[in-house]
Amino acid sequence: MKAGSNLEKILEKGEFAVTSECGPPKSANGDVIRQKAKLLKGKIDASNITDNQTAIVRLSSMAAATILLQEGVEPVMQITARDRNRIGIQSDLLGASAIGIRNVLLLTGDHQKFGNHPYSKGVFDLDSIQMVQMVKQMRDDKKFQSGEEMDFPPKLFIGAAENPFADPFEFRVARLGKKIMAGADFIQTQGIYDLERFEKWMAGIREKGLHKKVHILGGVIPFKSAGAAKYIARKVPGMLVPESLIERMKKASDAKAEGIKIAVETIASLRKIEGVHGVHVMAIEWEEKVPEIVEKAGLLPRPAI
Amino acid sequence: MIVGERKPIEEILEMTKQYEKLYVAGCGSCVTVCLAGGEKEVGILSTALNIAAKKDGRELKIIEGTIERQCEKEWVREMKNQVKESDAVLSMACGIGVQVVAELYPEKPVFPALNTTLMGYPTQHAIWLENCRACGDCILHLTGGICPVSRCAKQLMNGPCGGSQNGKCEIDPEIECAWALIYDKLKATNRLDWMSEIQPPKRWDLAGSGGPRKTIKEEEVIA
Repeated sequence: MKAGSNLEKILEKGEFAVTSECGPPKSANGDVIRQKAKLLKGKIDASNITDNQTAIVRLSSMAAATILLQEGVEPVMQITARDRNRIGIQSDLLGASAIGIRNVLLLTGDHQKFGNHPYSKGVFDLDSIQMVQMVKQMRDDKKFQSGEEMDFPPKLFIGAAENPFADPFEFRVARLGKKIMAGADFIQTQGIYDLERFEKWMAGIREKGLHKKVHILGGVIPFKSAGAAKYIARKVPGMLVPESLIERMKKASDAKAEGIKIAVETIASLRKIEGVHGVHVMAIEWEEKVPEIVEKAGLLPRPAI
Repeated sequence: MIVGERKPIEEILEMTKQYEKLYVAGCGSCVTVCLAGGEKEVGILSTALNIAAKKDGRELKIIEGTIERQCEKEWVREMKNQVKESDAVLSMACGIGVQVVAELYPEKPVFPALNTTLMGYPTQHAIWLENCRACGDCILHLTGGICPVSRCAKQLMNGPCGGSQNGKCEIDPEIECAWALIYDKLKATNRLDWMSEIQPPKRWDLAGSGGPRKTIKEEEVIA
């Protein structure tokens, strides 16, 4: 065991893992996290805590992850390269480990232009691949990024993201390879709607044997409405949504139920793909639907390890 | 070259309205080429300032002049007489030129008429693209002659982020994804293998995070 997290145990045992996402509030109200934790407890193996997603200031991911821990939900603490340099990130990694956080997910982060402080200075001291490498070096070699040694390394299961729908497509397999080489233990993908393209990407992953070196969790984002489907398709960078799904959402009499149905179908398809070891359900500001989706997908009860 | 653009006239008026004798000083190098602060622009700005002064009922005498380069003391010394005759200098040079003038004439107020915007080149007439940040550790030999430090919105070193789509950057569909360009160039030149190697963290100390930078060519320095 590298970090001994629940997520790591589930994946190492060969169980199909379920993670979800929990967005901290745009306020100091920790109860928002506590309520979300109550919804998620026992229904998932771990939940991501986003780090100022879309570059909007929110309650910090470490604080929110700590609240999740207190509530009995295992956190995956997200850290972006946008807001902190290598000093700040390493400091947070040590702090997170000391608190008992055992999973981290390292991301480049959305550009600050998208958020509520577009005049801010983006840090981007490291990129996501360099961040992954840094965490692995800290954990396994007991060394800071600078090479300086430490006596008590952080215990962290290392996650990274990949977007099979971004371009250049041919590079997306190679980029995953780089993240594995850097030390990623698990990968959570961008939300999957275009299954054909995802399968093509997975075929590329298997061809290089990468699926045996890392745990891939397929991303699933349920549509809340036809408008949301259109928004994701047109406005969110790096997303591919087939027109047929947008049509399905438009025609549905109960759009919310249809959105969940599509998510459940996607999970069923993902479970059949060799090399997919779990799903990452991102019900954005719709966390209360996660238990329903997981249940309908036939993934309850979660294995207790 | 260094590219700049003139500040809005309101901002320039706010800086200079209390002075009766203004020396509007152009620069004959980069900012002339980028149509921001050469002889022609000195004339246009002076006219605008004169009209504004007349409208406000203010006295204003403008001395117009453009020297070869405001970033070199030898040339800036030639401005001596005009500087002496004026109450303040309105420099139409880049930020470098403004500072050299300010340093050489410590008793005189010196104001910038331009915002220095970037180092780059014109992709077409009157459109300039930033393509160097003077990061102090050039990697263009690796990246196919395309600079990710200046041209990637996140200054990534290991390939495109998840927001690269159809060769465009996530922050603006008008901006090309530098890493998509690098990918295409390396593919065309059979050097794509490099993209699969992990590039180590960059030394940002060399890029300015290490404090103000100075370049010294030892053998040429006159003690």
